[in-house]
Amino acid sequence: MNSTVISFQHRHTAHCESGVAANLMTHHGVALSEAMAFGLSSALSFAYLPFIKLTGFPLVAYRMPPSFILKGIAKPLKMRFHFETFRDPGAGTRRLDELLAQGQVVGLQTSVFWLPYFPEDMRFHFNAHNLLVYGKEGDDYLISDPVIDLPQRCASADLQRSRFAKGVLAPKGLLYYPGSIGQTTVTPEAIKKAIKKTVRIMLGPIPIAGVRGMRTLAKRVAKLDTSEYSLNYVGHIVRMQEEIGTGGAGFRFLYAAFLQEAAQITGIGELAKLSERLNEIGDGWREFALKAARMIKGREAFDPVHLAGMIDSQADHETEFFKALKAAIA
Amino acid sequence: MDVNEVPQEGNRTLGSHRKALYAKDADGKMVIVPSRGSEVDETVTMQAVERMHAQAEEARSRALAGQTSPLEYWMYARRMDVALLSQVTGIWQWRIRRQFDPQRFERLAESQLSRYAEALGLTSDQLRALP
Repeated sequence: MNSTVISFQHRHTAHCESGVAANLMTHHGVALSEAMAFGLSSALSFAYLPFIKLTGFPLVAYRMPPSFILKGIAKPLKMRFHFETFRDPGAGTRRLDELLAQGQVVGLQTSVFWLPYFPEDMRFHFNAHNLLVYGKEGDDYLISDPVIDLPQRCASADLQRSRFAKGVLAPKGLLYYPGSIGQTTVTPEAIKKAIKKTVRIMLGPIPIAGVRGMRTLAKRVAKLDTSEYSLNYVGHIVRMQEEIGTGGAGFRFLYAAFLQEAAQITGIGELAKLSERLNEIGDGWREFALKAARMIKGREAFDPVHLAGMIDSQADHETEFFKALKAAIA
Repeated sequence: MDVNEVPQEGNRTLGSHRKALYAKDADGKMVIVPSRGSEVDETVTMQAVERMHAQAEEARSRALAGQTSPLEYWMYARRMDVALLSQVTGIWQWRIRRQFDPQRFERLAESQLSRYAEALGLTSDQLRALP
């Protein structure tokens, strides 16, 4: 049997892209945690895009768009990723095999729906799922999917299908691996810069992004009627927040972990206190999710105005929080 | 969230997998904790899964009654809607809707049929019938 296996340490993480970034960089000698990859690339966000529909519901995101993290860590680490896409699926598979044979651990963008090792009920058409391939045994690829606790295997036909899924964010067989790395530690300056950017994103003027996006979403939720569609609408918000690999509370806990690390590296003690505060804000998001789930289950009367009020109050807390964060690094 | 508050009540949609959550340990450090999932996640995932399942079953009954083609059933069975199927196949939405008509679907050219079949991960023969 033909086999290539690269020695690779799988680490289970909350989110696919920050997990892939952290695990791949660690493999290349840059000790990077998931939280650091996430924070350093300023990936925390909030966006409510009513004009983009996912199975009939608006896009609600608690982070920046796909590939923001990989691109975001490149500059502070003075490195480059080689990104390659393919028109012909066969060529994409051959290139993957070639890189594995050279000993490269390779990152891939895939569609969750066509990955057989994903639990059946979690397989939706989401085209920007990241994973790492660290070998091939016979017809099976050896996969380190950071959101799955153990390493997985995937038959080559399935993986190819998943890499060449079509539609929004079509991966076009995207694969990536790092080129030369100019910097193996994270500097305090890079962290401050990344935090500033996150503050700017969260407190920006556009009504669909950052805390203002939360306000707009709250207004929409307040107007929901009591139909089945409305119940599905709030269910959809909670799914985006809790189910889709966020580490809990729409990445707020993950960013709190980053702030702790940031406090150590920069020596700014205030960041550790702010981490605590963000942890509490995260608990607020979880309370919102719990309330919504109880209403969906019919244990409580469906009350969209109440849920809207909870989102609004989260926006209040986050506004104060990001102002304090801005002050802490000024 | 504290480490001991990480939900472990189990979520059947996760199968045997666990998901990583971040929580504060006894020393106040944020750490990764594997979670068996929570009822909240299960509720919203099952809500989405059941919604799509219901759409598929409803399309199946209409297909059996001759009111739509198997294409509509398979579209929902593969967790898509018209907008997504259109993106994936490159076929206009209005054409897809027209081809839900059983008679039109019958007459569909093999090339068109295979575009749908490919996008849905089926053979053309599978696509022509209901499971």
